[in-house]
Amino acid sequence: MTPIMTTIQNRPDFDVIAGWIEPGHKVLDLGCGDGSLLKHLIDSRGVRGWGVEIDDANILAAIKNGINIIQGNLEKGLEVFADQAFDHVVLSRTLQTVRHTEGILLEMLRVGREAVVSFPNFAYWKNLRSVLDGRMPVSEDLPYQWYDSPNVRFFTLLDFEALCQQMGLIIRERSVLDEHGQTVDNDDERDLNFLGSLAVYRLTQQR
Amino acid sequence: MPGQSVGVVHSQRAHFAQPLALRSGGVLPAYDLVYETYGALNAAKSNAILVCHALSGHHHVAGHYADQPGNIGWWDNLIGPGRPLDTDRYFIVGVNNLGGCHGSTGPSTLNPASGKPWGADFPLVAVVDWVHAQARLADLLGIDAWAVVMGGSLGGMQALRWSVTYPERIRNAIVIAAAPKLSAQNIAFNDVARQAILTDPDFHGGHYYEHHTRPTRGLRLARMLGHITYLSDDQMGEKFGRELKNGSFTFDFDVEFEVESYLRYQGDKFAGIFDANTYLLMTKALDYFDPARMDDGDLTATMARSTANFLIASFTTDWRFTPARSKEIVAALLANGRNVSYAEIDLNFGHDSFLMADAHYHGVIDAWLRNITL
Repeated sequence: MTPIMTTIQNRPDFDVIAGWIEPGHKVLDLGCGDGSLLKHLIDSRGVRGWGVEIDDANILAAIKNGINIIQGNLEKGLEVFADQAFDHVVLSRTLQTVRHTEGILLEMLRVGREAVVSFPNFAYWKNLRSVLDGRMPVSEDLPYQWYDSPNVRFFTLLDFEALCQQMGLIIRERSVLDEHGQTVDNDDERDLNFLGSLAVYRLTQQR
Repeated sequence: MPGQSVGVVHSQRAHFAQPLALRSGGVLPAYDLVYETYGALNAAKSNAILVCHALSGHHHVAGHYADQPGNIGWWDNLIGPGRPLDTDRYFIVGVNNLGGCHGSTGPSTLNPASGKPWGADFPLVAVVDWVHAQARLADLLGIDAWAVVMGGSLGGMQALRWSVTYPERIRNAIVIAAAPKLSAQNIAFNDVARQAILTDPDFHGGHYYEHHTRPTRGLRLARMLGHITYLSDDQMGEKFGRELKNGSFTFDFDVEFEVESYLRYQGDKFAGIFDANTYLLMTKALDYFDPARMDDGDLTATMARSTANFLIASFTTDWRFTPARSKEIVAALLANGRNVSYAEIDLNFGHDSFLMADAHYHGVIDAWLRNITL
């Protein structure tokens, strides 16, 4: 697997997420990599942060970044975290790598008041065109070849929203970005699904 | 291995004349602690690290003695210039705990009241007693607060206990391959080890010194049993498999399998140098360890007393104190919103992994320490 660079510059969803988080909030970042997002949130929003990672190299990198990091496997749940321990639980560009999609979403809303989820949209027109041309898409937001991809779930904006509805999750806010990180605005849901490369959601649950 | 050894070291002795009230209700009227220090205490006295030892450890943590170049400290691979516990940065203290058999007051030292070795009359001590004694050593060294208290196994438990007993005197804690308390299985293993010693005819109720003998048979068995629990099944399999010492079965009870040879060697070596009463005392300290007891078993409430930043590490192949046991501590710290990082290190050496010089393992400690504020 080729690791992706997680610098702030090429992570436009970081700014969207930062905008949704209040200073002083407690934030848990799942699959936090080297802790770049948490570091960004700590530096720019003064949050208190913890991250979860499975990969040894990322554990070391996050510790070097001075981030609180807990080594663990998201597929096995978030057992070390208490109910409603965080204001926000972030899953940035990681949902598509998790097999137990419903499980992780429910766990996020168990340990946090709000879930923030970003993921690459497989219905993005360039991805669709690539498939129509006979090849699996490789792009800024889907940077892997099919044979070395960590992604195990392939879904679109509309798929995700259908799942949220089915699970009774409330979409509080949504931000759709194109390949260059620019916000995509469109009143037609199907067009949005076609124009967005990356989607960022803010979810809560009826309590 | 990057970095260098700290080189020639020497041990020191401190006498404490103030009585120490013990967890058991007993009182130790006075006592000695032997200790070693590496590196220099800075002017602000803010760079001191206390390294606590485990069951069979002692104060000789790093370096070697001028007259014993082969006597290398038990955690030498971690300590020295350019190593994670960098002696150019930190002032590192190792101490032999009360009840030990390496120079500090314990069952094998003279009881001033009787003029004879303490033997079975030495009071049983708990981890919290060690912490109080270590705090007095800190006073003596002019250390108001440790930058870090750390250790592996029983050593990690002392770091944990420090954080809740003297929260104002410890800023960071590194707890490796530990548990918040022993399981029934842990205690069971300890009791078999103790029974081996207690039933040795040479034990003489703990007063074997007066009989000029030592319960080496029992101690040897205790160590052999302990050793099995320190290693992983995989590692034993890889190291020894079913290899036979002489290539074929001999159909007797002599050493046949390599693993038998190894365990007997380890048992003999240990029984030759360690004190049986100390072994009994250390295993009891392990069994008693349960800081959450003061909060009716609520570890989260106990860790609320602590304000230190924590690094917790466990090893995937450790079945004595499994990663799940470390995660109990992590969960209790998280529930209190404490700063904590947790690394689950994939090393094949079972519980003993904490003593190994693995690049990732040491890298994690090194990186974490570099971010602490001195």
